Amino acid sequence: MASLQSAADAPREFVADATGARPVHVSIVDVSKRFGVFQALRSVNLNIHDGEFICFLGPSGCGKTTLLRAIAGLDPQSEGAIFIGGRDVSRLPPADRDFGIVFQSYALFPNLTVAANVGYGLVNRRMGRKAIDHRVAELLETVGLEDQASKFPVQLSGGQQQRVALARALATSPSLLLLDEPLSALDARVRVRLRDELKSLQRRLGLTTIMVTHDQEEAMGLADRIVVMNRGEIEQVGSPGEVYTRPHSAFVADFIGTMNFFDAEVVGTHQLRLGETALETGDTIGAAKGAKVRVGIRPEELRIGDAGSGTNALSGQVRGISFHGGFCRVTLLLDIEHPLELAADVPAQRLRGMTLAVGQPVAVTMPPEHVHVFG
Amino acid sequence: MVTADTIANASPAGRAHGGPGRSSTLSDGFTLGLMTALLLLWLLVTVAAPLATLLVKSVQNNKGEFVGFANYATYFATPTLVASLSNSLWIAAVSTAIVIPLAFVYAYCLKRTCMPVKTLFLSIALLPIFAPSLLSAVSLIYIFGNQGFLKSWLMGGEIYGPLGIVIAQVFYCFPHAVLILTTALALADQRLYEAASALGTSRLRTFLTVTLPGAKYGLISATFVILTLVITDFGIAKVIGGQFNVLATDAYKQVVGQQNFAMGAVVGFVLLVPALAAFVIDRIVQRRQVSLLSARAVPLEPKPNTLGDTIATVYCMLVGGLIVGVIGVAVWASFVTYWPYNLTLSLKNYNFAEFEAAGWAPYWNSLLMSSIVAVLGTIVIFVGAYVVEKARGLPAARGVIQLLAMVPMAVPGLVIGLAYVFFINAPWNPLGFLYGTIAVLAINSIAHFYTVAHITAATALKQIDPEFESVGASLKVPVHTTFLRVTVPICTPTLLDIAVYLFVNAMTTVSAVIFLYGAHTKLAAISIVHMDEAGMSAAAAAMATLVLLTALAVKLAHIGLDRLVFGKLQAWRGR
Repeated sequence: MASLQSAADAPREFVADATGARPVHVSIVDVSKRFGVFQALRSVNLNIHDGEFICFLGPSGCGKTTLLRAIAGLDPQSEGAIFIGGRDVSRLPPADRDFGIVFQSYALFPNLTVAANVGYGLVNRRMGRKAIDHRVAELLETVGLEDQASKFPVQLSGGQQQRVALARALATSPSLLLLDEPLSALDARVRVRLRDELKSLQRRLGLTTIMVTHDQEEAMGLADRIVVMNRGEIEQVGSPGEVYTRPHSAFVADFIGTMNFFDAEVVGTHQLRLGETALETGDTIGAAKGAKVRVGIRPEELRIGDAGSGTNALSGQVRGISFHGGFCRVTLLLDIEHPLELAADVPAQRLRGMTLAVGQPVAVTMPPEHVHVFG
Repeated sequence: MVTADTIANASPAGRAHGGPGRSSTLSDGFTLGLMTALLLLWLLVTVAAPLATLLVKSVQNNKGEFVGFANYATYFATPTLVASLSNSLWIAAVSTAIVIPLAFVYAYCLKRTCMPVKTLFLSIALLPIFAPSLLSAVSLIYIFGNQGFLKSWLMGGEIYGPLGIVIAQVFYCFPHAVLILTTALALADQRLYEAASALGTSRLRTFLTVTLPGAKYGLISATFVILTLVITDFGIAKVIGGQFNVLATDAYKQVVGQQNFAMGAVVGFVLLVPALAAFVIDRIVQRRQVSLLSARAVPLEPKPNTLGDTIATVYCMLVGGLIVGVIGVAVWASFVTYWPYNLTLSLKNYNFAEFEAAGWAPYWNSLLMSSIVAVLGTIVIFVGAYVVEKARGLPAARGVIQLLAMVPMAVPGLVIGLAYVFFINAPWNPLGFLYGTIAVLAINSIAHFYTVAHITAATALKQIDPEFESVGASLKVPVHTTFLRVTVPICTPTLLDIAVYLFVNAMTTVSAVIFLYGAHTKLAAISIVHMDEAGMSAAAAAMATLVLLTALAVKLAHIGLDRLVFGKLQAWRGR
């Protein structure tokens, strides 16, 4: 398990390093936004590099869309500054900011054909008719819709409409692409296919891209770096591997993936006590001795079935088993003073060598390097 | 195992209760079937039969012999009648060409700017709905008529005739156009505007490629509705038309003046053509409008813009000021002792007995008739909509009910009035004794205003979970109990809406009832026509004011009651 994890990490780390070396494309400095008394953004700071694919991820109401709309200039920030390509665009209208945008609802002009939609921004730039036709044909080919040019948006499927919206956003060759939950209105199969296409298109064009999503799986699959947001603030910025394996807060740990949480008492810099049971952690604990802290461990890092003799070896009882295809989720009740229920994921492959039944006692190990402590 | 046992054990008990259960379903079917049959009968008698009589009348001579299309041939061979047709058409075209832009800008200000006091401006725009259409004509005579205080503004022109008709029509049709266009402009996807803005689109291009196409169907619909309103309106042409003949006044003259029923029926059918066309186009347009707006659209929120909002406010103050002014003149004139010689205010003009024999009776008649229409009409129409939406059996009968419920929308009041005259007076009709009674006036008005009320009721019923009836049936509760305990309370606000709509329209209508009233059942709106005809404009203005105030009072009471109902009884809505 551990080796699999680090293997997955490797390319991510590499990507993060690579983008770190590139020049900054978008810079967000102390940006705040209020709607009446509601504080949607609280002094957000963020640098986005050239060619990077960034995902703003968080629950609804976390401010991710507000931040994107501030970058676009559709809802200008109340305080702070935004730089695009080194230029202060804080007070500029959307049209002067050099970006393309795709909305969740596609927002295609229903009364215009696919070609007219794609060429809409080019007409505004007073391009010649021939040049527009040429560019539109080129873009429609890029998104694979060259035979749909004369149709109206209603005649297209959701996935096709989203491709048209993408072509329209790319028509004016912007250096920055903004995507506001572009895939969430599509059904699952189309979503996955379009996600891959979006990623390869972004790579090919080397386009700096910011995408808003509430779907962690989507963010993990697409982003070079994920910006996890909560209540108008950035909780953590990092590669998908980083935010998953080293979450900075209980919120990030809970929002991305699944995690078991319980309270424990601080004993030393790496020592905890869960009731009367001693626990070790790889994290360095900042809190004072005797303080209560929140502890988390991912279900797939809990080991069950091995002889319980090493560090953090505990015992428990199987309370339930549910089948999830590639793995089984086993619900355990730990044998400690205060009943504590934990979920453990066991790969289907490993399960074949074990006999698990409800009510059966079982050994449980928490590898210290996977025991996370949150202030 | 446990579940299976429970079911097995329960089934004998179920069988024991099977008797009453089955009989309740049976009686449910009977209740709904009976309601469906009664509704069908009602609509056949009050809508289908009169219109059929009118059709028959138009292909018969005055002796009742079949003459084919001879009457139509005569009609189109009579120069004065054809002249009226062309008069009607161009008056309608000119009025519509003025109303639509005026109303579009007004609606745009209401829906797309952040100007202050929008509710007030909307209320002012809707004011003319609460007055009979003749009120604006009466008012215009006071302003520009022979003794009008602004007569000089016409520079020798004449208010009696096309000019007066057009101005009065613009005033009368304005609220209808504003209502349709505010609805059209209310539906917009903010994302479209954002996409246009992000692509660097000018305001003009955004307006032409986003705003206008979005409101296109509303504009088409409003255009045809206004054309129909103008062509079929009777009161305005009667009061301010002078010697200028239009279709609607022709129908009146043929039937009431010359007793030429055959020709009256032909005019009725000619009137039906534009109304039918408008109705069909409106239906098509509404179907398209729905499919244009995607479910994920984000509603447009106008953003403050100091210059734009100021212009909007000034415009609405100007237009709203004109509306208040025109209504205000009629109200003020009704209190002036003797225009234009004695301008002291008094209630003299409200002493109707001095002006016509019936005195105040027409007002009380109107009040009684409108109340009957409101109560009886709401019950009939709501039950009808319930049968159409919720009953399962008798699909053919329900289809016919649905069709007949939509017909009145396409039939102008004047045509319904004519149809009723022929129907009620037909020698074979056992209902002939109703002629000239309040009952026939009320029944006629319910038929006249059936469609809008029916659509309102059906829309409300569609929003109710269709499984309520199934739940009721599974609990062995008879359908009428579910109807009274669940459906009616949920729909109380809708029922109020319908009742007020029917009351206000019954109070202000002239066109249909002008053919049907009897010696003792003259209505307020008809008495306005008569007093105006007799040259007693002040009394006509007084009666019009009375009607306006009554309709407004009922509407205000409705708003108050609605708040109360929503506040207390509708707590479950979670407001």
